[in-house]
Amino acid sequence: MMRTLGHIVTRDVLLAMRRRADVATTLFFFVIVASLFPLGVGPEPKLLRAMAPGILWVAALLASMLSLGRLFDADYADGSLEQLMLAPEPLAMVVIGKVMAHWLISGLPLVLIAPVIALQFDLPTGSLGTLFLALLLGTPLLSLIGAIGAALTVGVRGGGVLVSLLVLPLYVPVLVFGAGAVDASTTGMDASGHLSILGALLLLGMVLAPWATAAALRISLE
Amino acid sequence: MKLNWFKYASPATFYPLAGKLIPWFALSAAGFTFAGLYLSFFVAPTDFQQGESYRIIFIHVPAAWMSMFIYIVMAGWAAAGLIFNTRLSSMMASALAPTGALFTFIALWTGAFWGKPTWGAWWVWDARLTSELILLFLYLGFLALHAAIDDTRRADRASALLALVGVVNVPIIYFSVKWWNTLHQGASVSMTMAPKMAATMLLGMLIMALACWMYSIAAALARVRCIILEREQQAEWLAKLTKEPA
Repeated sequence: MMRTLGHIVTRDVLLAMRRRADVATTLFFFVIVASLFPLGVGPEPKLLRAMAPGILWVAALLASMLSLGRLFDADYADGSLEQLMLAPEPLAMVVIGKVMAHWLISGLPLVLIAPVIALQFDLPTGSLGTLFLALLLGTPLLSLIGAIGAALTVGVRGGGVLVSLLVLPLYVPVLVFGAGAVDASTTGMDASGHLSILGALLLLGMVLAPWATAAALRISLE
Repeated sequence: MKLNWFKYASPATFYPLAGKLIPWFALSAAGFTFAGLYLSFFVAPTDFQQGESYRIIFIHVPAAWMSMFIYIVMAGWAAAGLIFNTRLSSMMASALAPTGALFTFIALWTGAFWGKPTWGAWWVWDARLTSELILLFLYLGFLALHAAIDDTRRADRASALLALVGVVNVPIIYFSVKWWNTLHQGASVSMTMAPKMAATMLLGMLIMALACWMYSIAAALARVRCIILEREQQAEWLAKLTKEPA
């Protein structure tokens, strides 16, 4: 079972690396969205510092959501998704592999670059670590929840816009606790409570989301 | 005599039953609305703090109750449709969704009208308001997903799964928003009701809630009849039923 998982992760990452532009697009989207906000609200450092956690998290949410289309659509189009479903391994395992690959491609680069973007917003260096940790816990959860929406809309017309309507309301808790953690650390409070809840949500998502995604895939491809 | 619990699980038997039930529910909805509006406008006393504007409560609170309750009922029907594979359950789920969305919208809209005179703002980012707004988004997502898939069987099952995911998420969303709100200490308004409600106020509100119940059932039944007509076009029983002079 672990071997299957490894195969799926390496396959998806390899496929993404053959088309590096796609990976870079998500990352640049994140950077651009985050850079647009100061142009919109003005360069006042105090205002930007207060808004930074929210802006960075909303940008991360949107970037993660935009890349959801890549999760199943290409495999559905060339038929390999059906082959994966016929495999004797449990479908939830396949889903976990694909979600892990999705996070490695679209989540991890974002986690790594976010502290640099945060400097543009004059976020105190002390809270950069919290931002990093919160994104590290939160972005896998975004991929897990998003996978449910992506699986439900496989092969549906207008799937890209639809998936945002389905997935964004479910992202709310991640946004609240993720931005809350960074917010707490900038105001000198302890962020560990937020991070713990984020971790708890991640564990809950890891148990429930692959299972729901597998059910959604079966519905979409029957 | 053995009772057949599943007799009305078939659209063929349910369609005429729903037709017979609708007038009763519609009539009692009208009756309760009349009684409730009379109580709330003429009998219930004026609130000593909020004056006359508090009377919005008589539509606002029942609508908010219904919006949440219908989501749970809808998810229940959706689950039944997924588990037992009964056509009628999925039809009920999709018949309830527009009514639920309507009540969510009414709750938000009347809330804005109530907020302006009492807090001086159309909208505050209070935990309840925010989670009600997200509930509206969940309803819209359900409706949009159902509308986007042409194959009705797949549409039913996909949106049923979405409704179930939503039910798991609603408490998480509610508590996260609540905590977010207390942390930010945004609006300093308390949403708790005036110390003690007069008995007539409470009675008026409960009767209005009953009216909303009756309306929801009547509307859902009428809508499910339309859905049955749409989906069972080819069915023999329907041809027989429509040929018969009513």
